[in-house]
Amino acid sequence: MILSRRTLIGGMATLIAAPVRAADYAITPQAIGDGLWLVRGADEPIEAGNGGAIANIAIIATPAGTVLWDCGPSVRYARALRQQAEQLTGKPVVRVYVSHLHPDHGMGLAAFDPAIVAALPGTIEALRAEGQGYADGMYRLLGDWMRGTDLMLPGRSISQAEEDFGGRRLTLLALSGHSSADLALLDPQTGLLLGGDLVFHDRAPSTPTADLAQWRASLDRLKALPHKGVVPGHGPFDPGGTAAIAQTRDWIDWLEATLTQAVRDGLDMVEAGEVAIPDRFATMAAARYEVQRSVSHLYPALEAALLPRVDIPD
Amino acid sequence: MWQVHARTLFGDDPVRFDPRVKVDFPMIAENQRSFPVAIDARAIPGVTRIMLLADLNPIPIAIDYRPTHAAAYVATRIKLDQRTPVRGAVQLANGAWLVSGGWVDAAGGGCSAPPVSRVKGDWADHLGEIRGEAWPMADGVSRLRLNFRHPMDTGFVDNIATYHLEALAVKDAGGRTLGEMGIWAAVAEDPAITLMVDGKPGDALTIAARDTNGRDYKAALSVARQSPMPGGR
Repeated sequence: MILSRRTLIGGMATLIAAPVRAADYAITPQAIGDGLWLVRGADEPIEAGNGGAIANIAIIATPAGTVLWDCGPSVRYARALRQQAEQLTGKPVVRVYVSHLHPDHGMGLAAFDPAIVAALPGTIEALRAEGQGYADGMYRLLGDWMRGTDLMLPGRSISQAEEDFGGRRLTLLALSGHSSADLALLDPQTGLLLGGDLVFHDRAPSTPTADLAQWRASLDRLKALPHKGVVPGHGPFDPGGTAAIAQTRDWIDWLEATLTQAVRDGLDMVEAGEVAIPDRFATMAAARYEVQRSVSHLYPALEAALLPRVDIPD
Repeated sequence: MWQVHARTLFGDDPVRFDPRVKVDFPMIAENQRSFPVAIDARAIPGVTRIMLLADLNPIPIAIDYRPTHAAAYVATRIKLDQRTPVRGAVQLANGAWLVSGGWVDAAGGGCSAPPVSRVKGDWADHLGEIRGEAWPMADGVSRLRLNFRHPMDTGFVDNIATYHLEALAVKDAGGRTLGEMGIWAAVAEDPAITLMVDGKPGDALTIAARDTNGRDYKAALSVARQSPMPGGR
């Protein structure tokens, strides 16, 4: 690149411009059941335009207080969420469940007293090990949206299968596969199942910490569990309760089979990231983006398993 | 940086940008330690050399490949130390260089993070392992994939000296060199390299590589006995 005086001056003007403060998050809960609201995330990658608010969040009103299902990517998000939730229910937040370690779901927990934030032991362990790396990545992508958001760990480790909030009992399921520890929640009062990121819907599943075999087993358990609608971790509410689970299963089966075939056909990672995506996934947002991420996550292990050894011993 | 690199790498040879040098990579640098890049210059006749470089990497050159009896194609994975242009440069017999590429946004530190096998401590157990396969394509060319186990130390991680694969050659049964390359530590840990060398179904290929400690790596394989791959890959 040749730097002309004009580009130099232009560049300096950018440098001295006042830092832009991120806009505020718009939190718009929609009622999907008796005392249960969904706050939809954007069906997009984490980027400055959406402030990282891409995960679905749920608000549950109980006689004992307000329960939050995930709390978003940043302290700013979580504070706005709490305000909205407490206005809706007229009761303070008494519990925040963090479904798994990914930062779009739980980085906002720093806005709460850790004593009311609960997660599976595996999630707390993983956050302790990897949380700072996720926090660094979020600051890099989101800048000012993240201001004041420090890595905090949930103060309560979930070991029981249900929790009673003044008569509204919530069933807790310890699963895995999207990550090493994935929490799902069934609200018997409405029959609604909160799937966390074990379930995606019309938004391509992400696999940075996935174990596909465990993921399939967890989807089988969710499918077998009597429930009505499903709140996926990303994408629209599934009122029928079967479509989102089936679509997630279809995607991860297709993904694994397709990448396996790509290794067998001799494709490099770049080429594997460009494989055709079947028409039946046309409704899924961020499909190409997630295929290319998944190639990065899954391809090396498939190559190690499928390509034969050809070295000659010394 | 481009001007500095251009002067160092290309000297007085004429250089021009040419979109027929297809430099292909994913839309997101999901892993800055291992970012896939493919350079396909098969649309340009008479390519004698292909260089893969990332301008703003502390080790700018990843691969310098001479496809003597091979198609003008190479794919591998590189480390990214920050947001940088990633380029493919191909040289013609008359010395001219044709260049193309694009910007890649990446989190920092791909060159200064310790290799996974160093953290695990098992790198030496797997050193020398090579996996690979070769598939026939149309026109007497075969797609060759090679995956080496090697830490590819950059020298930028505390107390670990530079240590990487530095040379690779592919030969046919008669000992003729089909392609050879210089390799730098900008190539990702456990280098994965895809080439398109001359060879028909059943042809034997031998691989010889060497690292910066003088350790030799050898492999042998045959092009699969099957009809040419579908899709013209």
